[in-house]
Amino acid sequence: MLDGKCPSGPIHEKWDRRKQELKLVSPANKRRYKIIVVGTGLAGASAAATLGELGCNVEAFCYQDSPRRGHSIAAQGGINAAKNYPNDGDSIFRLFYDTVKGGDFRAREANVYRLAMISNSIIDQCVAQGVPFARDYAGYLDNRSFGGAQVSRTFYARGQTGQQLLLGAYAALMRQVRAGSVKLYPRTEMLDLVIVDGEAKGITVRDLVSGDIKCHAADAVCLCTGGYTNVFYLSTNAMGSNVTAVYRAYKKGAFFANPCFTQIHPTCIPVSGEHQSKLTLMSESLRNDGRVWVPKNKGDERPPSEIAEPERDYYLERKYPAFGNLAPRDIASRAAKEVCDEGRGVGPGGYGVYLDFEDAIKRLGENTIRERYGNLFEMYERITGEDAYKQPMRIYPAPHYAMGGLWVDYNLQSNIQGLFVLGEANFSDHGANRLGASALMQGLADGYFIISYTIADYLALTKPGSVNTGHAEFRRSIEDVNASIKKLLSINGRRTVNEFHRKLGRIMWEYVGMSRNEDGLKKALAVIPELRAEFWENVTVTGSGEELNQELEKAGRVADFLEFAELMARDAFYRNESCGGHFRVEHQMPDGEAKRDDEDFCYVAAWEFKGINKEPELHKEPLSFEDVKPAVRSYK
Amino acid sequence: MDLNLFVWRQKRPDEKGAMERYEAEDISPDMSFLEMLDVVNEELIKRGMEPIAFDHDCREGICGMCSQVINGIPHGPREKTTACQLHMRNFKDGDTIYIEPFRAKAFPVIKDLIIDRSALDRIIQAGGYISAHTGGVPDANTILIPKEDADTAMDAAECIGCGACVAACPNGSAMLFTAAKVSHLAVLPQGKIEAARRVCVMTEAMLKEGFGNCGNHYECQAACPKGIKVKFIAKLNREYIKAQIGIK
Repeated sequence: MLDGKCPSGPIHEKWDRRKQELKLVSPANKRRYKIIVVGTGLAGASAAATLGELGCNVEAFCYQDSPRRGHSIAAQGGINAAKNYPNDGDSIFRLFYDTVKGGDFRAREANVYRLAMISNSIIDQCVAQGVPFARDYAGYLDNRSFGGAQVSRTFYARGQTGQQLLLGAYAALMRQVRAGSVKLYPRTEMLDLVIVDGEAKGITVRDLVSGDIKCHAADAVCLCTGGYTNVFYLSTNAMGSNVTAVYRAYKKGAFFANPCFTQIHPTCIPVSGEHQSKLTLMSESLRNDGRVWVPKNKGDERPPSEIAEPERDYYLERKYPAFGNLAPRDIASRAAKEVCDEGRGVGPGGYGVYLDFEDAIKRLGENTIRERYGNLFEMYERITGEDAYKQPMRIYPAPHYAMGGLWVDYNLQSNIQGLFVLGEANFSDHGANRLGASALMQGLADGYFIISYTIADYLALTKPGSVNTGHAEFRRSIEDVNASIKKLLSINGRRTVNEFHRKLGRIMWEYVGMSRNEDGLKKALAVIPELRAEFWENVTVTGSGEELNQELEKAGRVADFLEFAELMARDAFYRNESCGGHFRVEHQMPDGEAKRDDEDFCYVAAWEFKGINKEPELHKEPLSFEDVKPAVRSYK
Repeated sequence: MDLNLFVWRQKRPDEKGAMERYEAEDISPDMSFLEMLDVVNEELIKRGMEPIAFDHDCREGICGMCSQVINGIPHGPREKTTACQLHMRNFKDGDTIYIEPFRAKAFPVIKDLIIDRSALDRIIQAGGYISAHTGGVPDANTILIPKEDADTAMDAAECIGCGACVAACPNGSAMLFTAAKVSHLAVLPQGKIEAARRVCVMTEAMLKEGFGNCGNHYECQAACPKGIKVKFIAKLNREYIKAQIGIK
């Protein structure tokens, strides 16, 4: 039985209590500690900057050419906070409640409450850094509403909120680089976690320019490496987003929690052909003013303008009158799939639904819509060649976010001492479904306001610099990494890395995608190992290991996806209930909603690696709900 | 459609590169420019040849990683569009397309179309921030910011740090990049306090990195995928003069 080590006491006092219990490291001693931070998105950049400010020696790694390019940069819509500036009934408790309910009662209550508490400090911090949030004419901060909430609590910077928040964290990080407390390693990829006497003491990396394999030792390691939805090949993630860092930590003993909890985002631009390399998300904020519909009749191929009002089915407004077009992401995605499976989808291939702004333009005028969403409409036009001011957008769900991730306790420490996991890379706050505008909130909460307290508690009991790279474990790690690179380069098969990735993606989308069932998952568990075996016999990787080699980088990542995919399918197979984004068709309400099984599955599933082609061991962390009573999640 | 490509190939920073010819066949107008290159690369790999190395990541026009000069223009012919968002419907069957890396003294080529842009990070390191420690800051609505100022700050802050402005400039200047950050922070009350020092150290860092001076060609504005305006360069110059003569 796993213990999340949450503090005792009433929920609103837990974090303060924990902060009192946590040990401190004195300012003079902080500089004797070295901390590795892998990844420089919101969680990584904010953590590295904050730990650097406090006086620790930080080494920050990212695979991009600059830390400013982590994929947090692509988040469009906004960031939630319980400021209640609009005076519409919001509170810390309500944000906490909405997030627990939105996650379909599969998140840890204490973590979520802390997140809601910290949300307000994040907005203060970002404004102080110069993040240009939207403001009203009196100069006050503006808010908008987002899916899964009935209040306006989302702060935004046009359609580029993630960019502005990341650039704020990046600037704070750059300030520390200048101050000498953070050393940057861009174009560097983590390929192994080094554990000495059961504690995380370093990483092995590949310099992506020279190909050199090197070790870095430290007193603690923070993984802030994002999510794994590129396991689907097509997703809204960046091309380089991968599971490698966390998966290799998993192979070294870190537990992987709830890998089957993935979010399919309802508003993405539909696939246009085989060449498609990624899917582009259109911010959920569009659902504030856009109305989602499909024709009432199957196979109706008339252009949207010729389909009269009575012949349209505004299915979200019809099925969920209280939330309408702002129903949570998992519900909106499944509803879109449902109408398309019925044959009422629109656009080439029939996998699309309309998101229509005609009424909003009539009501508010084109200029207001342009002001709110101009950049999104432009982006849509660039990709599809269509003008969404004149005809409805076509959208379809796409894999977007991983709620699952490495298991962490309340202190964000994994089951391996000294290994901390932040942001999307951990599993802790979003349960089985994340609400819109909550990812940015979590990344920054972890990085700015949690890790600096909790990591000190670990460091206080650790002798600084106790391990260096001369240790045998580091040498072994380098040998292992070199051996696997050599193996990839020596196969010389006939199929490209992308071909394997595409094939894996199709398997995952078909059997472990938006809806899952026992037969499909069994099938996935059978075919994934076959594909993996074929990969190791028949993949071709051009070039050498001693140079910049993008095929080699991709091959290593796809090799890990081919193992991780099996873990994800297994978790989905064992979780024999529906909850949030995990929809098992065997378990649904008469009206098609997800049917949870709190008797048997009210737990976090944390998997322990036991070897390739061996079944991992399942550890359970029971979830208890004291402040929000689990109920059927209704948005009607 | 079928296309004729001439692509810059260079194995290492210290090796001489050259344009090489490739054929791109069966290209769909719905592909992005980078997806077209993916197709060419898949073909090269299958023939046992080295694929073309190019930087890319988000493929939605925001990370700023892609860095190609397409037919002589950074990010290609469509205005306010990064290479990853440029779609092949902007080209015709039979077109010849020249693809090169962003070129500037401060952006050495690493391999093929991949360049080293770390000089831009170093300009930010010099002072492209507000020195706000984590925690201990006032409530977000304590300092009001007029909407016009917040909007102006955002116009400048939209810079994605791709470096197209440098590649487009005949002097290889990073003035638009630097000016965007200086202006973003200087119009906000929170950023005004350090404005004078910031503009001096950032300008100095820019020159030290080997970027040229602004010659008012305005090529940077034309090439900027985010439409950042040269008026911010004027703002930088004003801030710089104010700092030099000690006006607050």
